[in-house]
Amino acid sequence: MSGSNTFKLDGKDIPFEDGDTIMDAALRAGEYIPHLCHNPEFPPHGSCRVCIVNANGRQISACTEPAMENIEVDNSSDEIMDQRRALLQMLFVEGNHVCPGCEKSGACQLQAVAYYVNMLSPHFTHFFPQRSVDASHADIAIDYDRCILCELCVRASRDVDHKNVFAIDGRGINSQLVINSPSGKLGDSSFAATDKAAHVCPVGAILPKHTAYDSPIGERLYDKKPISIVGDVAAHEQDEDR
Amino acid sequence: MSIEEFISSITASANNQRGHLLQYLYEIQYQYSYISQQAIQLLAEKLSLTESHIHGVIGFYSFLHDSPRGAYDILFSDSITDHMLGSRQLLDQLCNTLGVTPATPREDGRVTVDTTSCTGICDQGPAMLVNGWTIARLDQNRIETIARLIESDTAVEQWPQEFFHVEDNIQRRDILLSDDSNNGDALRSLIEQGEDAVLEQIESSGLRGRGGAGFKTGMKWRFCKQAEADQHYVICNADEGEPGTFKDRILLNAYADKVFEGMTLCAGIIGASKGYLYLRGEYRYLRAALEQKLQQLRETGLLGNSILGKHGFDFDIEIHMGAGAYICGEESSLIESLEGKRGIPRIRPPFPVTHGYQNRPTVVNNVETFMAAALIAIHGADWFRSVGTEQSSGTKLLSISGDCEKPGIYEYPFGVSIQDILKDCVAKDTQAVQIAGAAGFTIPAAEFERCVAFEDVSSGGSFMVFNRDRDLLDMVKNFAHFFVHESCGFCTPCRVGASLMKDLVDKVHSGHAGQYDLDEMQSIGQLMRATSHCGLGTTAPNPVLDTLEKFPQIYEKHLKHSSYEPAFDLDAALQDARDITGRDDAGAHLGTES
Repeated sequence: MSGSNTFKLDGKDIPFEDGDTIMDAALRAGEYIPHLCHNPEFPPHGSCRVCIVNANGRQISACTEPAMENIEVDNSSDEIMDQRRALLQMLFVEGNHVCPGCEKSGACQLQAVAYYVNMLSPHFTHFFPQRSVDASHADIAIDYDRCILCELCVRASRDVDHKNVFAIDGRGINSQLVINSPSGKLGDSSFAATDKAAHVCPVGAILPKHTAYDSPIGERLYDKKPISIVGDVAAHEQDEDR
Repeated sequence: MSIEEFISSITASANNQRGHLLQYLYEIQYQYSYISQQAIQLLAEKLSLTESHIHGVIGFYSFLHDSPRGAYDILFSDSITDHMLGSRQLLDQLCNTLGVTPATPREDGRVTVDTTSCTGICDQGPAMLVNGWTIARLDQNRIETIARLIESDTAVEQWPQEFFHVEDNIQRRDILLSDDSNNGDALRSLIEQGEDAVLEQIESSGLRGRGGAGFKTGMKWRFCKQAEADQHYVICNADEGEPGTFKDRILLNAYADKVFEGMTLCAGIIGASKGYLYLRGEYRYLRAALEQKLQQLRETGLLGNSILGKHGFDFDIEIHMGAGAYICGEESSLIESLEGKRGIPRIRPPFPVTHGYQNRPTVVNNVETFMAAALIAIHGADWFRSVGTEQSSGTKLLSISGDCEKPGIYEYPFGVSIQDILKDCVAKDTQAVQIAGAAGFTIPAAEFERCVAFEDVSSGGSFMVFNRDRDLLDMVKNFAHFFVHESCGFCTPCRVGASLMKDLVDKVHSGHAGQYDLDEMQSIGQLMRATSHCGLGTTAPNPVLDTLEKFPQIYEKHLKHSSYEPAFDLDAALQDARDITGRDDAGAHLGTES
């Protein structure tokens, strides 16, 4: 183990340790690489692709790529930012993300990353999928319109809560988050508001009830500073709810 | 037998291993025509899995269903070459005769008629699967008979045997297909020469993976051998899903001994005692004969404990069935599937050679690669290098289909030119050749002097011919729909991009697109290529990007001559309003000419 290895991120030297990914090392050094499915408390997933960077001419996801001595990583060129914006736009048209009417607005990582990559419109044709809201649980509601399939709740419930409340069903564009309960409803599952899985959703898909506007618009997580400074919503979740 | 007993018996036969989940589901599907909630509950209890996990696995694989299908579950192969042979008309004929709507079970539960991705019978199409069994050479007469057999509720086992006959259809043989070695020759050579010497032969033969990626086989085996672990595994990838490929069908039908021997050779070299043949669900009809072959090999001391009497040379092979998921041809997805999970490609590194099946060092090779390796062990590296090119030694099996008089299997030395192949298969007036399947390359006539080789046009074996009467956009559309169906859904660019791409191709195809849409296709394609998680996503836009570059005219003739066209038909969008108001006069329509 040596701490003296470095690679370059947009020209800056970033130290890394054995076993680090590019994302691990960058976050530790205080450098922001946009991401949605990544949460440093969990093993890398690599599905949202928003953390795409160019490392020595190869396009790779920073959260899954092992850091290597002397590689040069481009995290901010126009090309990279254009690609990230297009990926965000794809996520927006795939679901039904109506920010002005969403109680997560202002504290939503999807929205904050979209601002960060200068996304001003959804650009692509909306899919307008028919999805439902599950309000069966006393403390937590699920709005499937906003799920981006990052699987953080799946992972948290499986690996931390050891409950396996969530799973992914279907394939391709028909992939969907499902609940492990006889009725398929959250209220019939063993889910609790204190579960880790209740505090990792980067969007407004898993929402605590009765607290929607406790924090007024304008005072929210990303209302005053960008996500590159504030960091992930999950890192603030615990204090917000208390 | 009750469903409880049935499930107990199938799970007991595999010691209730969770990793066999897909196999249990496959058995249940073919016993009961679908996997009921009761079956899911029983399995979940028995295997200590959640029901949602099992639903998730069923939902991932096209051949597994958790809602009832017809007692006769018919799937027409939906490859472009089937279309060219009239499969869609035959599907309509069958639906009309039986009075069914595609993809929906008939009210009496007798029959479902649906489509599936390429079934690997492209040289003898149009083809279908009925309850998983292949029927080739469909025509109007066969469809009429099939409709009668269904209406009279005749068991599939009693349908005319000739319906289920599939020819090998070998049109050209070279060093592989003219093999006349005896069973066990490769393994005897291994025992005589030793593992190191044979591995060196495989390395110096220059053998590269026949699935298409072309990784050096000897190097893969050496990496795996060097990886320390309590177990190593050998997996033969027979999930031949690339549209237009059917060579493994022939190898597994006529040369299975040599394929199994190649696997056993690999096991002897890397130190594996267990191997799997991952057989695509579409090749269900090959399974019984393959099981029989394995049994013969065990009985003749070529498989099992102390192979050829050598103490400690223990290896056996199990057949696992795929269940309709193209992505499982990707080696890490295949491994996930073998472990009984949804076939989502893993993050790489680590690679399977160090962390594969059950996280142990694993060699995954193509069917053809294992056979070639077995023959190299017998005849040596020089024999193999004597054909092919410097960078691509040996031969390649091509599966030729489409517009030619002699479709079938052709074995050529690497380096053969496309025009020579077209001459041999008697293709006339050829507009384009699609090489390496939906994810491959569209080659225009001006490039027919190019060669099939890793250094030029690389291919897993699919070779589809299109003559000048064809609208190539039909092919592009077929492939665009294929990728929407086969994307695993894990990463954003492939999941969403493939759908956006399909919608745009449809928009062009229906004559509603403008130049703006072509530019969009270009940029979505580039994004998928640059940012997708695995090879499926990075190659899915190939047919669009290739044809946009090399066949711009096929798009132009479909374009409306404006820079921008809305994504929907304005007049059709008013239909709801017309229905509500009960109007259908001229004033309630937007003029098409304005």
